[in-house]
Amino acid sequence: MTIDSVRGAPGSGELADSELVQLLTPEGERVDHPDYPLDITAEEVRGLYRDLVTVRRIDLEAVALTRQGELGIWASLLGQEAAQIGSGRALTGNDMVFPTYREHAVAYCRNVEPLKLLGLFRGVNHGGWDPKEHGFHLYTIVIGSQTLHATGYAMGIQRDGVLGSDKAGATIAYFGDGATSQGDVNESFVFASVFNAPVVFFCQNNQWAISEPLEKQSRIPLYKRAQGFGFPGVRVDGNDVLACLAVTRKSLAHARDGQGPTLIEAYTYRMGAHTTTDDPTRYRLKAEEEAWKAKDPIERVKKYLVKEGEADQAFFDEVEAEAKKMATELRKACLALPDPEPLAIFEHAYAEPHPLLTEEQEQFAAYLASFEEEGTAR
Amino acid sequence: MSAENIALAKGINHGLRKAMENDPKVVVMGEDVGKLGGVFRVTDGLQKDFGEERVIDTPLAESGIVGTAIGLALRGYRPVVEIQFDGFVFPAVDQIITQLSKMHLRSLGTTQVPVVIRIPCGGGIGAVEHHSESPEVYFTHTAGLRVVACSNPGDAFTMIQQAISSPDPVIFFEPKRRYWDKAAVDLEAAPSSWTPLYDARVVTPGEHVTVLAWGPSVKTCMEAAAAAAEEGRSIEVIDLRSLNPLDIDTITASVNRTGRCVVVHEAPVFSGFGAELAARITERCFYRLEAPVLRVGGMSTPYPPSRLEDHYLPDLDRVLDAVDRTFGW
Repeated sequence: MTIDSVRGAPGSGELADSELVQLLTPEGERVDHPDYPLDITAEEVRGLYRDLVTVRRIDLEAVALTRQGELGIWASLLGQEAAQIGSGRALTGNDMVFPTYREHAVAYCRNVEPLKLLGLFRGVNHGGWDPKEHGFHLYTIVIGSQTLHATGYAMGIQRDGVLGSDKAGATIAYFGDGATSQGDVNESFVFASVFNAPVVFFCQNNQWAISEPLEKQSRIPLYKRAQGFGFPGVRVDGNDVLACLAVTRKSLAHARDGQGPTLIEAYTYRMGAHTTTDDPTRYRLKAEEEAWKAKDPIERVKKYLVKEGEADQAFFDEVEAEAKKMATELRKACLALPDPEPLAIFEHAYAEPHPLLTEEQEQFAAYLASFEEEGTAR
Repeated sequence: MSAENIALAKGINHGLRKAMENDPKVVVMGEDVGKLGGVFRVTDGLQKDFGEERVIDTPLAESGIVGTAIGLALRGYRPVVEIQFDGFVFPAVDQIITQLSKMHLRSLGTTQVPVVIRIPCGGGIGAVEHHSESPEVYFTHTAGLRVVACSNPGDAFTMIQQAISSPDPVIFFEPKRRYWDKAAVDLEAAPSSWTPLYDARVVTPGEHVTVLAWGPSVKTCMEAAAAAAEEGRSIEVIDLRSLNPLDIDTITASVNRTGRCVVVHEAPVFSGFGAELAARITERCFYRLEAPVLRVGGMSTPYPPSRLEDHYLPDLDRVLDAVDRTFGW
């Protein structure tokens, strides 16, 4: 085999369509895949549609809040709704999610209040939800670190002796295409493989790591990396919510059953900027964005529902109105978020009391009080 | 009392064993910790008795070891990680600093990560590069971590168990050139009789000058105190045991009495932990000090080849030289 023969088409990372698991085409046609059959009711598809529209609307509101100075920054999920809702809706109560900072739709699936996500980006705290309560770990900002936590947690599930039982759970680690270059991600593949840990690696290949295209990260399609580590890899249409649901569901079941890890490469596109501080016009062409617009994850579900006669305009209007209402409430709640008290700096740095922090806290409290005495509150 | 004469490495081994017996969630993990018992044999026999699920031979990847230990802790386990040598902790420093130390705060207190990271540290064993370092300040400077160092077999036995009980992550330094030093240790003493983990201890009482040390330097300083005593100079040696949190009260009480203080550590003096001690002692004991707090440590160079390490490491003479200088001010 020559080097050229293992390389994808330069600049695209594209493969033949046959290697991409797809159950719903961009035109809204339902297709079957022999390895990933999916029985799904129209009611469930309407539910997925509602999810997709809702999370896009929440995301849009967060971007607007950032533009207006109410959030410090926001990492938009625009374009990646299907990858996140499809995989997120495949999870059960025993599973544990290890997200990056862009998994807002997965958080939504795990019943984490969107306001808590906004709190982080507003700078109220570093993550205000209880991971155990939601089966959704804290956002991890350092690229790739959480893949090891997911693997270690999965090794813990193994040691609990629950795999194969109705108490079995698996972990799912989210990361992006850029993260696949990180040592931690590769080490997590090694650990997961040799311990056969119940973890699903869910890579959203959105083609861009800030300004760097995929070919700066890999000469081969990302899902093929799994083979070198000794476990299955699969590439799924990341803009196809049904395919993401089916592939993730199967991989999670595989893991819970004690059959080890899977790498899923959800082939998608970051329609927006990396974050609100980024400017994609400096490094990519409008034409590329337009091409991906035709593969929009929400439009195809709508087309399918219309074509099948499973939803009418009243339904779409109602979903839109609900999403708008939620966004309005979210905006209101965000603006009402109080700044933390200054002494909150000292809270939770340690689980047990720490004499140095106690001393510094007392000193800082006295310092703050001195302004109050002078009538010049800080 | 059923005291046994055991080496420091064996003290940790006994401590790990006790912790594993008392809590089925305690797991030991690292490179070569299983059949081999670790390169220093600290985990000797544990895998035989507790099985491969609890004494885990990991792939050779330090970030992976600490990262998966964090995951295990999130699942309710209490992992005790062995880093094979001080100089090999650096690939794991990202996980330690960006994840382990901050997770409790990040979660607003809902999530504890009780991971212990054991690091054999210090020089004096004639090793090649990266096997003789003293990286304690990278960790004392990181809020969210607790940093301790044992110096003798008795503390090794109790402190490792106390560290494992901590709900906070603990960096546990082991003085590798003292691994084979022996002392009588009461393995059955009630935990309530143990010295608390974060307390310093006066190991040699004295009157004229306070010498602060931890880990491998404690023995050096005690020998220096014995030599000085023959010449009529009374040195008080304090084994800090814990660097973060710091038992500043024990230090302050001593220096306020002696009026002189020398800090001894193997790490380079510049930006070393001695600088923090000197600053704090100066704030608290300013009017009692007869001389500035002096520091004795490694040169501001990378650790030298082992044929030179006797010059680099603070020894009895360099400690006494600094003590003498505090009287010449």
